[in-house]
Amino acid sequence: MKPRFLRFWMAQLALAPAWLIVIFAYIGTIIWTIQISFTNSKVFPVSNYVGFTQYSRLFASERWIISVQNLAIFGVLFIAGCLVLGFLLAVFLDQKIRAESVFRTIFLYPYALSFIVTGLVWQWTLNPTLGVQQTMRNWGWESFTFDWLSRGDRAIYVIALAGMWQASGLVMAILLAGLRGVDGELWKAAKVDGIPTWRVYVHIVIPILAPMFATATVLLATAVVKVYDLVVALTNGGPGISTEVPAKFVIEYLFQRQNLGLATAASTVMLITVLCVLAPWLYVQYFRTPRSAS
Amino acid sequence: MKHISRKLLGAAAVLSLLAGPVAAAEKAEVLHWWTSGGESAAVAVFADQFNAAGGEWVDAAIAGGEAARAAGINRIVGGNPPTAMQFNTGKQFEDLVAQGLLSNLDTVAAADGWDKFLSPVLIKAVSRDGHFYAVPVNIHSNNWLWYNTALLEANGITPPTTWDELFAAMDKLKAAGVIPMAQSGDAWTQVLLFNDVLLGVGGRDLFLKVFQDGDVDAIKSADFLKVAQTFGKLREYGDAGQQGRQWNQATGLVVTGKAGFNFMGDWAKGEVLAAGLTPGKEVGCTPGLGHQVYWIGGDVFVFPKTDNADAQKAQALLAHTMLTPETQVAFNAKKGSVPVRGDVDTSKLDACAQAGLKLLATPDASVPGSDFLQTPDVLGSLQDVIGQFWTTPSQTPEELQTKIADIFAAAK
Repeated sequence: MKPRFLRFWMAQLALAPAWLIVIFAYIGTIIWTIQISFTNSKVFPVSNYVGFTQYSRLFASERWIISVQNLAIFGVLFIAGCLVLGFLLAVFLDQKIRAESVFRTIFLYPYALSFIVTGLVWQWTLNPTLGVQQTMRNWGWESFTFDWLSRGDRAIYVIALAGMWQASGLVMAILLAGLRGVDGELWKAAKVDGIPTWRVYVHIVIPILAPMFATATVLLATAVVKVYDLVVALTNGGPGISTEVPAKFVIEYLFQRQNLGLATAASTVMLITVLCVLAPWLYVQYFRTPRSAS
Repeated sequence: MKHISRKLLGAAAVLSLLAGPVAAAEKAEVLHWWTSGGESAAVAVFADQFNAAGGEWVDAAIAGGEAARAAGINRIVGGNPPTAMQFNTGKQFEDLVAQGLLSNLDTVAAADGWDKFLSPVLIKAVSRDGHFYAVPVNIHSNNWLWYNTALLEANGITPPTTWDELFAAMDKLKAAGVIPMAQSGDAWTQVLLFNDVLLGVGGRDLFLKVFQDGDVDAIKSADFLKVAQTFGKLREYGDAGQQGRQWNQATGLVVTGKAGFNFMGDWAKGEVLAAGLTPGKEVGCTPGLGHQVYWIGGDVFVFPKTDNADAQKAQALLAHTMLTPETQVAFNAKKGSVPVRGDVDTSKLDACAQAGLKLLATPDASVPGSDFLQTPDVLGSLQDVIGQFWTTPSQTPEELQTKIADIFAAAK
């Protein structure tokens, strides 16, 4: 048997590549990004420090404020909508219906499409002069109007709708697996006690599924923070700047508008926001558990 | 076995040494964003001429100017630059020059005598500190009004020459149930329309005060407010299908007679030609409605610095080929633009190009485009504000005026 310290260092050596990647590729670039955000870099990073100038410009920018608001609207609607829709679909599929696998495939299918395809499909479907609105009018319902896509105050809801259409199937798949894990004895016991089905779902099944809901929420939340392609394909931020999102702001200032300083300031703010949201969760995960377990 | 493979390897190495330089000679990967029907026909002229001159054109087309520029800059910064890359004439490639990432073209320029046939505006636009860094390939003008001649005739409208006439004509079209003005949903086309109004209603001096001097007082003036009001009024003449519509689809609506008017640069002509029609006949054109001012814009190619001698040779050949008189005439006829050389035979160009050339030759009737005068950062902020105004009918012209004034005040 090898001495203890040798084993320790062998393990560290084996982990070294991973450590290097974490330190240089993740933490290193994060620090570099934050550093650039305090400079007035244009196309290329320079080290001409200007303090918080980029940040004050960022928060004075109407486009950034709209982007953040849109992310909040989209995030809440998308996560809540997907969880509710996904749960209902899973419950319906769990009723021992015929051809279940066919429906499962249909509901999960949108998730196999990229956001770009989803965006284009919905763009064409909801274009007032090509899609649903025109079709209804051609069928004789002349006053039918559904022009949310070309209305600045409504277009963000269309994006949330398209997102829900795409991701609900994933939530369904996760929750369906969870529902299959619910002990059949529970249902029998509930039946004997004469408890209505909906109460069984609300008070017994949903609490059992809590870990599944947590998994689904984390997956959906990461999709929210990085939402970019869906917006680009569906509205490209328009009409005007009404459907801009933070990720698109960063990409555009990074490359097209040639302002690295402002772009990195925006991405630093995104990072801080995500950390703030994650902090309570991390705390519960890593600091609370040992005490409650012991 | 081992012996044979070593021999084979040796042979392969020798062959590759011999073949390498020959195969790579004059091979040029050219990154550009000319992907619509009319545009790709034009870029094929460059490819054919370059291949005929002994080069090998490798096409790297990326749809959308912004996406193409982002990809190109990334490749240059990443150390894997294309042989040549397209930019709009103006400040877009300024930082690349400042960082020393672009090849100096002085040798080619001196050999071909660029200073003899390029206009001073263009020479200023493609050189920095007295050195050439880009090849201008065309002169485009953004401020053209296109109209469907047959549709106008059918509604008893004579082609408008003033903005009041335009509004009267569009009212008639609206009453007749056709789209008065075809507009794309892309923000840059909304900016283009705004600049057309600024030039056409505000005139040359106001335009230069705003874009060249960044004069905030000029933006707060009554003249500028009139521009904003006219632009705001135009919002009433678009249709509901703008969102998601590309510029060529908007021009297509005029070409097919579904819409009466379209404000678009002279590259719209490429779409007219691609549809088998004649610009100036079935689809009429007016440069600079109102104050007759010609917007000078266009495209350039830059050549990222490289240590590879073959690539350098290819760059020199390409720079020379793009500016030969034959290439210039053939390319610009397809592209819908005007040749950068003042010394070529322009009689073969269509009626619209002739009208443009006439305006171009008039003293003080042209302005350098906004890309020449302001950074992508300022123009980007302007695009946000204008796009928002265009798509928010409740926003007032006064709000637009204040927001634009804020942008230029912040840029000082």
